[in-house]
Amino acid sequence: MPSFSSPRRRRSRFSPVTRQVLLYLFFLLPAALDIALGMAGTLGPNPTSVCLHDFGRYAFRFLLASMVISPLKRFVGVDLMLYRRPLGLLAFTYAALHVFFYVVVARHLDTHILWQDFTTRPFLTFGVITFLILAALAATSTRRAIRALGRKWVPLHRLAYLAMLLATIHYTIAFKTWHVEPFIYGAVALFVLALRLVPKPPRRSVQ
Amino acid sequence: MEAYRYPQPMASEITPRSYFLSRRTLIAGAAGSMLAAGHTAQTAQAAAGHAGGEAGWPAPEKPTPRNDVTQYNNFYEFGTDKSDPAELSGAFKPLPWSVQVDGMVDNPRTWPLEDLTRQFGQEERLYRMRCVEAWSMVIPWNGFPLAAVLKAAGPKIGARYVAFTSVFRPSEMPGQRGGLFALKWPYVEGLRLDEAMHPLTLLATGVYGEALPAQNGAPIRLVVPWKYGFKGIKSITRITVTDRQPPTSWNLMAPEEYGFYANVNPAVDHPRWSQGSEQVIGEGSLFRTARKPTQLFNGYAEQVADLYQGMDLRKDF
Repeated sequence: MPSFSSPRRRRSRFSPVTRQVLLYLFFLLPAALDIALGMAGTLGPNPTSVCLHDFGRYAFRFLLASMVISPLKRFVGVDLMLYRRPLGLLAFTYAALHVFFYVVVARHLDTHILWQDFTTRPFLTFGVITFLILAALAATSTRRAIRALGRKWVPLHRLAYLAMLLATIHYTIAFKTWHVEPFIYGAVALFVLALRLVPKPPRRSVQ
Repeated sequence: MEAYRYPQPMASEITPRSYFLSRRTLIAGAAGSMLAAGHTAQTAQAAAGHAGGEAGWPAPEKPTPRNDVTQYNNFYEFGTDKSDPAELSGAFKPLPWSVQVDGMVDNPRTWPLEDLTRQFGQEERLYRMRCVEAWSMVIPWNGFPLAAVLKAAGPKIGARYVAFTSVFRPSEMPGQRGGLFALKWPYVEGLRLDEAMHPLTLLATGVYGEALPAQNGAPIRLVVPWKYGFKGIKSITRITVTDRQPPTSWNLMAPEEYGFYANVNPAVDHPRWSQGSEQVIGEGSLFRTARKPTQLFNGYAEQVADLYQGMDLRKDF
């Protein structure tokens, strides 16, 4: 087991906050690319649907990425904790783009159609709850919110596990047939969840 | 044969290719402000078109752009993404082809494709196509009525249904090698005999005046414009007249979601989504899709509604 007590500090010419911001901005590139290609007319006959689905998948990917940070540190000894917050915010950002493309671009903010959708499409219910959780987590990710919430912050942010499971269901039942991809994402989600259930050795807990 | 009269898609439903192309050019070449302006203009146009005024939408010239018709397909034998059929159908060799017509008929026969087109000719039919996934196109098919083939075969007394079988060639169709997650192959479909004999029901061998590309169901496919697109079985190898309701692929996969009839009906939702409206492929922009209300029997109610008199369309969906 690697030692957690004396973490190696690599020198970087950027401050931690700068590194967080750079990571966040870098991973906005896929969204920028999709939108640029869509505007150039090279995303095929239904560019809106390509953006909608790509953004949803990216949201899921970043959510999973943010969830492996902690087990990576605990079980592998790789400390990327600095990047957990920007990854979580990326998950929320892509989820927001995903929702925007559905509600505004595809459904024209038509409350009648949206209401019909939400009452006839169970997979959307899972999606909506997932998004609300991600929004709540994003809103309480500032330093001030963490301080204000104190001890309550950790249990609140455990909701990320619930978001991960709901997103898996949302993605899995969104298709006409069973697709392979949702099951791959689901397997990763379950793996992360299973790691969470591994009891922590006494006195080994990290802070 | 006398030409069959059927309702043409309304002018407002059709995007002229020139308009479509010019907007693409505009968007591609424009800076942000230009884009915003184009978006507003288009919204206004869509609103005007929606109000039913002929003035709002440019005059009709052509249906959904050919490129969209041939690049945006559901043909799970090649893959589940809309782009898969066009991209992954290179190995499929549709010719030579023959169609076996058998079952409860007086003259069972295996037709080489050339004989079918020689005997029954080719006419153009501009039909609406409504996918069960709530998107639609307007497509100029070339083909001949299925009724002509059935009349030549001579259904026996007691025949009530027509069963269709598609092709099974895993070596040429990557989607058929999937197994676990796929539909059962070969794809099968069916119609009631009176639906099959209806003059709107078409066997298409071409689209846009050319032979069907593989992704559109080469070399011969069914088109039933008042039903959801999945009823239009592609690459047909066998047509069997029978007295029993034949199994249909999507119904076997999820019976509560896809019925045998699958008539387009805005009042009967798919269990997982609304069928009240549809996205019009080939129109709209990246930031605003084009939508229109879905019509009962996809707008062909006047022609086909009497086929279903006395039936509960909610039960027999």
